[in-house]
Amino acid sequence: MKFNSKLMQALVVSALCASGAARAQVSDDVVKIGVLTDLSNIYSDVAGQGSVLAAKMAVEDFSKDGTVLGKRIEVISADHQNKADISANIAREWFDKEKVDAIVDLVSTNTALAAMEVAEQKNKITLVSGAASLPITNEKCTAVNVHWVYDTYALSVGTAQSLVKQGKKSWFFITADYAFGAALERDASAVVVANGGTVVGSVKAPFPNSDFSSFLLKAQASKADVIALANAGADTINSIKQAAEFGIIGSKQSVVPLLVFLSDIHSLGLKTTQGMYVTEGFYWNFNDKTRAWSKRFFERFKRMPTMVQAGVYSSTLAYLKAVQAVKTDDTQKVMARLKSETIDDGLFKGRILPNGKFKHDMLQMQVKSPDEAQSPWDYYKNVTVIPADVATQPLEKSVCKLLKK
Amino acid sequence: MFEWLGITPQALLAQLLVGLINGSFYAVLSLGLAIIFGLLNIINFTHGSQYMLGAFVAWLGLTRLGPWLGHDDWAVNYWVALVLSPLLVGAFGMLIERTMLKRLYHLDHLYGLLLTFGLALVIEGMFRQWFGISGESYDVPESLSGAIRLEDLGIILPKYRIWVVVASTAVCFATWWVVERTRLGAYLRAGTENPKLLQAFGVNVPLMITLTYGYGVALAGFAGVLAAPVFQVNPIMGSNLIIVVFAVVVIGGMGSILGAIVTGLGLGLIEGLTKVFYAQGSAVVIFVIMAVVLLLRPAGLFGRER
Repeated sequence: MKFNSKLMQALVVSALCASGAARAQVSDDVVKIGVLTDLSNIYSDVAGQGSVLAAKMAVEDFSKDGTVLGKRIEVISADHQNKADISANIAREWFDKEKVDAIVDLVSTNTALAAMEVAEQKNKITLVSGAASLPITNEKCTAVNVHWVYDTYALSVGTAQSLVKQGKKSWFFITADYAFGAALERDASAVVVANGGTVVGSVKAPFPNSDFSSFLLKAQASKADVIALANAGADTINSIKQAAEFGIIGSKQSVVPLLVFLSDIHSLGLKTTQGMYVTEGFYWNFNDKTRAWSKRFFERFKRMPTMVQAGVYSSTLAYLKAVQAVKTDDTQKVMARLKSETIDDGLFKGRILPNGKFKHDMLQMQVKSPDEAQSPWDYYKNVTVIPADVATQPLEKSVCKLLKK
Repeated sequence: MFEWLGITPQALLAQLLVGLINGSFYAVLSLGLAIIFGLLNIINFTHGSQYMLGAFVAWLGLTRLGPWLGHDDWAVNYWVALVLSPLLVGAFGMLIERTMLKRLYHLDHLYGLLLTFGLALVIEGMFRQWFGISGESYDVPESLSGAIRLEDLGIILPKYRIWVVVASTAVCFATWWVVERTRLGAYLRAGTENPKLLQAFGVNVPLMITLTYGYGVALAGFAGVLAAPVFQVNPIMGSNLIIVVFAVVVIGGMGSILGAIVTGLGLGLIEGLTKVFYAQGSAVVIFVIMAVVLLLRPAGLFGRER
C-alpha cells in the first residue's frame, strides 16, 4: 500500500482531535484554590489558619493523591488584613498570574465584595464562607459566587425573632460603624418590628473599638429589654466583657450578640456568657458526623472549628466534586453543576439557589453554664434547628440581578 | 435646661466619669512616653507592646505559672501582679536599652523610632503566634468586683474602674513629684540638658538613663495590668491604643510631664463627650485636636521649644 503522508497527517490530526474531546479540560494543568482570609487581625481566630487547614483537609478527603482529573490540586493562602483594597489586589494577582481557579473563605464583608467583583470580571469563582451581609446575594450578587454559611438574614431571624416572641420587645443596638454592622442592624431591626417589637435607640461605635463603656451606659439608660450587639470578633468580645463589668449581664436587660462564634465564647469563658442565645450555621457537637470531622480538625489544629472553617471545608470539597463531575474547571460549567444538586457532606445539607445563596438549616443554641460543660469546647445547649426555609431570604424578596428575566 | 442637649444631666455625668477613666489610662501611658522622650530623647514606639506585655505577664501569672511549675493551685493574684508585672516589664525594657538603644543615642531621633517600631512588631507578632488574636479573659479581683449604684443619680459605676482612676492618679502625681521636686528628678532633668557636665560631677549618667527608660516602660506595664480586667488581654491591645497616646503626648508637649498628665485626662473627657453626642467621631476627635494644636502651638500646650 502506498504510504500517503497527507493521509497520515489527517489521521494523526483527527486522532488528536478525537482524544481531545474525550480528555478533561483543566486550565493551566492545575486546579488551584486560594484561601483569602484574615491571618493576623481580628478575625484570624474565626477563620485564619484554621480555614487554610480546612481547605487542605477537603483536598485530602477528596483524593488521596491530591489530584482531580489527573491534574494536581494546590491550596495557597494570603492575608487580606480585612482591607478591601488588599483583597482586590490579591484576588487580581491570583487570577491573572497564579492561575487560581476559585477563592474561598473571604471573611469580612468588604473583602468579600471586593474579591467577588474581581472574580466576576475574570470569570473565576468565589465561595464566601466568612462574610455576612445580605447584599452578597442581593444588590452585589454575581453569577460566579456562592454565599456558603450564614448571612444577616439568618442571624436576625434566628436570634431576633425568637427573642421577640419570648416577650423581649424593646431593643437597643450598639452597631459597629461599617458595612456589616449597619447591615446587621438593619436586618435585625426589620425582624424585630415585623414581630411586634420596637427599636428604642441605637448608637454607632467606631470600628474597631476597644472601649464600649459609654455606649453600654447609653444602652443601659434606654431601659430596653435587649441590648443587641451588631458587631463581631474582638468588638463583640469587648462589648460583652464590659457589659458584665457594668452589671448589665445578669440584670433585667439581655445582652444579645447578633453574630458570635465558638472562638469568641472560648475566649470570654462560660462564666460571662452563660445563658446567651447564639445563632450559628454549624456546631461541632451537633451530631456524630460533625463530631467525627471536628475531632479530626482538632487533632491538627488544637481548637474546635468555627462555622466559617467548616464552611471552607464544605465549599472546597463541593467545588472539587463539581469539577470532577463536569470534567473541567471551566467556571460556568462548575457553577451550573454546583447550583444543580443537593450538597450533603455531613457538615451542611442543602441546595444552592440561583442568586448564589447556599440554603441550609441554621442552629439556634444557648451557652451552657460552667457546671454544665462536660468537656472543653462543650459550650452550647438547647440546640434548636431553624429550618432552611425559615432561615433563608425568600427568592422573591431578593433583588439579585440574576433573577430578573 | 439640659433637654436641648438630648441627654439628662445624670447620664452626662456618668459619661464624663467614663471619659475620666479612659483619660487616666491615657495619662499613665503618655506619662511613660513623655518621660522617655523628655528625658532621653527617644521616641518609644514599643510602648504599646510593653503595655500589652504588662497585661500578659499578669495573665500568665494568674493562669499559667502554677501549672508550669507543677502546682496547679498556685496563682499570682492581681495585687502581686500590679507590682511584679511592671518590674518584669521594666527589666525587659532596661535590657532593650542596654543592648540596642544605647547604640543609637548619637544618631538622629528617627533611628530610635525605627528600632522601637520594629521591636513592637516583633513582640506583637510573637504573642499573636503563641496566643492567637481573640485574647484571654482576666477576671476582676474579688475585692474590686461589683458596681456602685447611685440609683437617684442613675449612675452605675464598676468599682474596678474607680480603682483605676485612683491608682493612675496616684502614680502620675508621685512621678511628677519625684521629677519636679526631688534631687533625683533634678539630676534627671540636668542629664537631659547636659549629660557630659553632669557626668563630670560624678553622677553615673548611663545608669540613670537605663533606669529612666526602665521606669517609663514599667509605667506602660503598670497600665497594662490595670487594663487586663477591663479589656480583653490580646496581642493587639497596645497597637490600637498607642496611636492615640502619641497624639496625647504631642498635644501636651513632648517633654512635659505635667502636660502629659493633664492632657491625658482632658482628652479622655473630650473623647467621652464626643461619644455621647457624635459617637462616630470619637475615634478621630483627638487627632483633629492634635492637628489644631500643632498649627497654633507647635510645641504642644505645655511644651517648651527645643
